[in-house]
Amino acid sequence: MICQECHDRPAALHFTKTVNGEKTEVYLCEKCAHEKGEYLFSGHPAFSLNNLLGGLFNSEPLFSSNPAFREEEVTCEKCHMTFQQLLKTGKFGCANCYTTFDSKLTPILKRLHGGNTMHQGKIPERMGGALHLQKELQLLREKLNEMIASEYFEQAADVRDQIRAVEQKLSGEGGGS
Amino acid sequence: MSLERFINQHASSWMSGTGPHSDVVLSTRVRLARNLDEVCFPTVFQFDDAKKIVKQVNDAVSEKLSLELLKMEDLSPLQKRVLVEKHLISPLLAESSLYGAAFISEQEDISIMVNEEDHLRIQCLSSGLKLQETLDEANKIDNVIEESVQYAFDEKRGYLTGCPTNVGTGLRASVMIHLPALVLTRQMNRIIPAISQLGLVVRGIYGEGSEALGNIFQISNQLTLGKSETDIIEDLGSVVHELMSREQSARDALVKTSKLQLEDRIFRSYGILANSRIIETNEAFQCLSNVRLGIDLGYIQHISKSILNELMILTQPGFLQQYAGGPLRAEERDIRRAALIRERLSMQETN
Repeated sequence: MICQECHDRPAALHFTKTVNGEKTEVYLCEKCAHEKGEYLFSGHPAFSLNNLLGGLFNSEPLFSSNPAFREEEVTCEKCHMTFQQLLKTGKFGCANCYTTFDSKLTPILKRLHGGNTMHQGKIPERMGGALHLQKELQLLREKLNEMIASEYFEQAADVRDQIRAVEQKLSGEGGGS
Repeated sequence: MSLERFINQHASSWMSGTGPHSDVVLSTRVRLARNLDEVCFPTVFQFDDAKKIVKQVNDAVSEKLSLELLKMEDLSPLQKRVLVEKHLISPLLAESSLYGAAFISEQEDISIMVNEEDHLRIQCLSSGLKLQETLDEANKIDNVIEESVQYAFDEKRGYLTGCPTNVGTGLRASVMIHLPALVLTRQMNRIIPAISQLGLVVRGIYGEGSEALGNIFQISNQLTLGKSETDIIEDLGSVVHELMSREQSARDALVKTSKLQLEDRIFRSYGILANSRIIETNEAFQCLSNVRLGIDLGYIQHISKSILNELMILTQPGFLQQYAGGPLRAEERDIRRAALIRERLSMQETN
């Protein structure tokens, strides 16, 4: 893709602008993008990513085209951030925002993280044993399925016993977090 | 101050040009984004919160880790710039953080930024390709801090961050890789889009765009949610290995088909570096890249491999000004840069 401004250098940046539901796409090389949008790229360290993210939130048809939704002002109880502010900055104000805006978050996270919406990684030690056990259980169940699929039935039986042990421990902890 | 002492004093351990696969991979960086549960994120928090966080982190690390606390407000613009050029702090922390601070290790391989976009950015750097070890190191620090603070964590979404692009693991792993033969044989233009499809990002070392200064690329994971830390670095590692082997075959092919042209290019670049009186960043980087390739291929033997890693950092504006002991205009910097490179090369020849 060649830059639409100078028709010379390869385009490095791709913008999609939505005005009143009308979409325009622009492909620019870094230099032209810089010249066109001084305010975006003027070396300000906060850079344009947030503006772009704001755009990403905005481009959800649910939010931008549904007037009923726009009227409803959801506000985070803790940091008082409104959904409109979140759209504008592309950044959350506090941990509680994730709970407040949870229902609107899934499509955005999907888009940012290749379709993923659920954490699969590290869990803080402090979060308590239950969460760790649940994670372990999930891994063991996956392992069990793999073993059954490849017909390693003896090992599968061992894994099944391990699963039971973890399940027992979990019910001992009060069944979860 | 002599250049040798200046370099010894100012080069971080990860610039040493050692470590696994250091003929192609310059350095590995792992960063974990973390926030404390009770306090608002830096996007909206107040000065008192910011101050409290620095104190909390200080309490958490001071006994168990030996790190030096640098408060942004105490540093001059030039000092901050040098830290940015060394990748120890970000431009955002240096310029617009509220009560920003960094805890930095003596070897400069650990830096914990406080009150950047997130309360904490734990960053570890290594020389060469060491993804697992660098991640382990970052995790160790993370665990130490977690003993005394409560992180913002959600079962479903993982570690909660100011920006939704970091949520989940909060992990950004990146590898700085020197790919002169792939650029010379025009293969990078095809490779970059392919890598982007794997959930990884490729950048030239100074920002986006396909033009990489000195043929150095930074490859890092884009996705932070839905994959475990180990999966993220394994995916990144396997792409880096693939690139290394492609770079190696491109080098072999170049040596086989155009040995003389390649040698000519390398020694011309050496000639420029050893003799020029005025040199701009772009040209310096291109020549340094060629000379480094010459060292890797055995054409140039009396210069150490670390020259590219070192001069890449030390010829940036902040460093040049620090070495000069005062502010320099752009033209003066080009003159200083040429002088510094000449001196660095002759330093090695006399050794």
